[in-house]
Formats: sequence, structure tokens, C-alpha cells
Amino acid sequence: MNITNLLRLALKALSDNKFRGFLTMLGIIIGVGSVITMLAIGQGSKNSIKAEISEMGSNMIMISPGAERMGGVRMSSDDMQTLKVKDYEDIRSSCKYVSLVSPTVNASGQAVYGANNTPTSVYGVNQDYLEIRNYKVEEGDVFSDQDIHSAAKVCLVGKTVVDALFTNGEEPVGKVIRFGTIPFRIVGILESKGSNTMGMDQDDLMLVPYTTVMKRIQAVTYLQGITCSALSEEFTDKAIEEISEVLRANHKLKEDADDDFNIRSQQELSSMMTSTSDMMSSLLAAVAAISLIVGGIGIMNIMYVSVTERTREIGLRMSIGAKGRDILSQFLIEATLLSVAGGVIGVLLGIVAAYVVKALLSYPVAISSWSIFLSFAVCTLIGIFFGWYPARKASNLDPIEALRYE
Amino acid sequence: MEKEVIRLENIKRDFKVGSEVVRALRGVTFSIMEGEFVTIMGSSGSGKSTLLNTLGCLDTPTSGEYYLDGVAVRTMNKDQRATLRNRKIGFVFQNYNLLPRTTAIENVELPLMYNPEYSRKERREMSVEALKAVGLGDRLEHKSNQMSGGQMQRVAIARALVNNPAVILADEATGNLDTRTSFEVLVLFQKLHSEGRTIIFVTHNPEIALYSTRTITLKDGKVTSDKRNDNILDAAEALSALPIEKD
Repeated sequence: MNITNLLRLALKALSDNKFRGFLTMLGIIIGVGSVITMLAIGQGSKNSIKAEISEMGSNMIMISPGAERMGGVRMSSDDMQTLKVKDYEDIRSSCKYVSLVSPTVNASGQAVYGANNTPTSVYGVNQDYLEIRNYKVEEGDVFSDQDIHSAAKVCLVGKTVVDALFTNGEEPVGKVIRFGTIPFRIVGILESKGSNTMGMDQDDLMLVPYTTVMKRIQAVTYLQGITCSALSEEFTDKAIEEISEVLRANHKLKEDADDDFNIRSQQELSSMMTSTSDMMSSLLAAVAAISLIVGGIGIMNIMYVSVTERTREIGLRMSIGAKGRDILSQFLIEATLLSVAGGVIGVLLGIVAAYVVKALLSYPVAISSWSIFLSFAVCTLIGIFFGWYPARKASNLDPIEALRYE
Repeated sequence: MEKEVIRLENIKRDFKVGSEVVRALRGVTFSIMEGEFVTIMGSSGSGKSTLLNTLGCLDTPTSGEYYLDGVAVRTMNKDQRATLRNRKIGFVFQNYNLLPRTTAIENVELPLMYNPEYSRKERREMSVEALKAVGLGDRLEHKSNQMSGGQMQRVAIARALVNNPAVILADEATGNLDTRTSFEVLVLFQKLHSEGRTIIFVTHNPEIALYSTRTITLKDGKVTSDKRNDNILDAAEALSALPIEKD
């Protein structure tokens, strides 16, 4: 029997038992639907992390003081005082794979203007920092080299701070605000960046010359970190090598001594962050895959019942000339059709569910074409795999016995 | 010279039931010529079902040779026999064996579906012809559950005819029908016979034998008599002689 006739036969058999067919498909529908939704959520969060990271600059390199361990004790990097201004200057002057360098020294506290105040963080940096982190100045200007040299009390403020302090629509540029007890003149306002993947508000900050933080706020001689940009993404590893050499030389580390600093590239960070979401989505997909298997067993069960119910029909078909493989393909196609139809409904349902999740919980979702393709492939396989045993049983029936079956 | 459609040579068929061997057929030999209407009679346990299965190529004999339309059946495998059934044999069963929820024409088309030589159009044309031949030309699209027993059996006969078989095998084809309908079906068989078809009618009802050209009687797996019927009754006459039922 040719494939068109077999398909028509299977369609007819299924339409004779619509409700039963639907119930059988339900397992597959739920399975496929959840796989699609889970993968859409996973892919969505991965995409947004990637977008975030490329916005932050995919060639960014972060240097923090301290080895991961020191004499068996894990230390907080804030307690380390190994990074000095000289390290920053040497990286700047001698690393040719590094395009931008900025020291970082941070402090947190209360910013005050008039009757308003807000908790915020002060980042002591240089002008490069804006470019490395993709901050743009919306109004006013960046502080100058002269400001850095003189540890001037000037600042760039983020939108969140502006909104909290200047509630009655005053023009912030040129105004003086206080951070703790120290007055800062606002020289510019940063363009809003919104919050990052981890939910941190990137506009809740003040950027001031690093010298100012070191001398006037923290009164320290060391840096909390150095942030650099490699010339481009592919030079990241070379840049890290160079930086490492400079720092080891500066810190007079012996050949066999561990680094007393930590260099992390954006690439590592990105793979770390996506690996979390990868693991989550593969776990969710595994759960969904189990429900697909359960659905497959449902199909096997119903096909088995169907073969038993239609024993006489099978006997008749054989007596008028159906070969074993005709019967086999008849039931196999029926099982596959059942499973693929479930898959189609499941895919549609999954897409709808993904968009519902997006609308209600504002998760980023992205439906990838490969997940849909995969679902169909898996459904076909499930249909063939679980349909095989009942179909085999049908094709092996003895026509004499089958015709006499009551 | 008449053509030999069926030739059985010393057919034996043994079944193993547990440790015992049941000898259902113990050496059956006969030939059937083209255009014969043969009744095979026998009580239950006589081996008549086994003989029918053998003639229908559903079963292979333990020993002996069976030639259907000149083809040796015993050495054929399952698939070859399936094809042989499809081309050379038309079955009519006691309980019709129509597909449920399926129209008359679809039921009749079924044997042709397993023959790749026929196109969809040819299948339809041949099925319509067969249904017309059994007097159901006006019921093509009736579903099997919308028909009476007699109509269903006529659809089954049309299905047996549609592939233009060498022989039509009827297994108690009137067994489920009342007297009147039985005669109607017999009239149909006689008509097919008069058109030159070879018919083998297996039954335990001796009355049927009166309407056929030859009767073979089986007992304990052997042919006990093989008689030509010189006085064939006309089923149409018998039908008209039946008292008309009044409700």
C-alpha cells in the first residue's frame, strides 16, 4: 500500500476515535509544550545576558588585588592592598594590547542635596572608565586630567541619583552636592543605562577622579581594582598575559610564587553567567523530556488497545492480500501521526505559553527554530519507537486466528 | 479442454496441540475446473475449515501439493501468499467482515489498495462495477452500519469480486442470514456462476448443495463423497416460492 493511502487510513482511524486520540496526544502536547516554553525562557535569558555583556564591552578586563587564597585562607579582595597606582601607570605605559585603563576605588555613603538625600556609591576612576563601561555623558562634561591631578571635588552623576536629589526640576550641572561631609560640584550627568542582568541599577552612582576617593574619602594608597580594555576581543588573552607580567614584576613575585592579583576577562564572566542559565534550562528541559516519554508510553498503550480491538480488521486485511509490512506501516504511521499531531499542538501551545510568561512576568523569551525542529524530530522518533511494538504485534498476527477473534 | 483452477494432491495437515498431533486433513485429493460451483460439506471437526484455510492460501499443508491457477502454493512464503490471495482469491465470510464506519465503496476498494497496479481512478471504477454486479449500484456511499445483513453480505461479495479472482471462497456465507436473504445471496452466487466464475462454498447446510454443480463431502479429514449434481435447483425460483411475510 502506498504512503498516501496509508496516511489516509491512519487519519480515518484517528478521526474514528477523536476523543481517545486527543487524550493520548495530551501527554505529548504537554511534553512538547513545556520543552518549547522552557527552552524559550532559557534562550531568552541567555540572549539578554549576552546583549548585556556586549554592551558592557566584550573586551573588558578586570584586575582585582589578592590571590584567590592566601595561606589557606580565602580573603576578601577589599582587604588586599597589593594594587597600587604605579601598577595602573605601568599597565598604561607598557601594555601594548591594552587600549584603555582605569583604576577603581569605590566608596558608598549618603549623597545629600538640600533637603534630599540618597544612598549611593562613589566610583573613583579616570576618564577611560566611561569608555570601558560604555557610559556616555548626557549633559556637561567629563572631569579633566587637571581634576585628577589635583584630586578635585567634582563628579559625574547617574540618573537615579539626579532623580533622588533634584526633585523639583532644577538644573543639576554646576550644583554642589555632598557625599558624606565632602562637597562635590556636578560637572556632568550620565546617560541612563538601566539595570544590568543581575538587577543592579547602573545609574545609581557618582563617578569622581580616583585620586579624590583615595585622598579625600578613603584615605588609602592602594587601589581596589584596575579596569582595562583589550585592543579588541581576540587580544584579550595576550593583554591578560602582558598585564600579568607587569604586575608580577612590580610586585617582585618569585618565579614559583602565586599571583597576588586576579585578572578576569569579560569572556570568562559571560561564560560563567550563561553556564548558570544553561544549566537551568537543561534541567527544565530534562523534566519536560520525561513528560514526553510518559506521553510516548501513553501512545504505546493506546496503540496496543487499538491493535487488539481491530484484530478482525487486521485478519481481513491480511486475507485480502495485506502483507506483514503493510500492517506494520499502517499502525506505525498511525502512532507517528498521533505523536506528531500532538507535537504540532504542543509547539503552538508552547509558543503561546512563552509569550504569556513574557507578558505576565516580563521574562525575556526567545523561541529558537532549532527547538521547534527538535520537537518534531523527537515526536516522530517517539511515535516510531513506541508504536513499533504494537505494530509489530499486529503484523505478526496469524490471519486465521485474527479472523476468528471475538 | 476445461482449465483446472484448483488441484489438491494428497494434502495432509497436522496440528500439534500440546503433546498430541491432530491430523485435520489426512490426504485430500481433488481438482476443480474453471466455472464450477462446488459445495464443500462436512460437520464440525471434519477438517472443512482447515481445507478452506488451505484453499484460501492462509495456511500451508504439512505435505501434499496445492496448485492454484497453476501456481504451487506449498513452497511460497507469507508475503508471496499474501500477494497470491490478493490476485487470485475472493473471500466471503459468514460475518461479512466489513470495516466499521466505512462506506460500501471503500470496503470494496480494499483489495485493490494492496495492489499497486491500480490507480485511484481505476480502483473506483472497478469497485462501482462490482457493486453494480451485486445490485448495490445505488448504495455506494452507505456506511456498513447503515446496511442490513443481506446488503452487507452483498458488499462483501462485491469485495470478493473486485479483483477478478480465479476463485471465490465462501465460508458459510449465508450462515448469519434469514431464509429469504439467504436465497437472495444464493441467487447472486448462481448469477455469478452463470457468468463463468468459479465458486467454492463451504457449509454444513445440505440445502445449499442443491443449488451447486458439485458437492464434496469431508469426514475425519478425508473426502468421503464427490458428486456431480445433475439436478441443479434455481435459487430465484425458490425465492419466489417463499411465502411473502406480512408484518
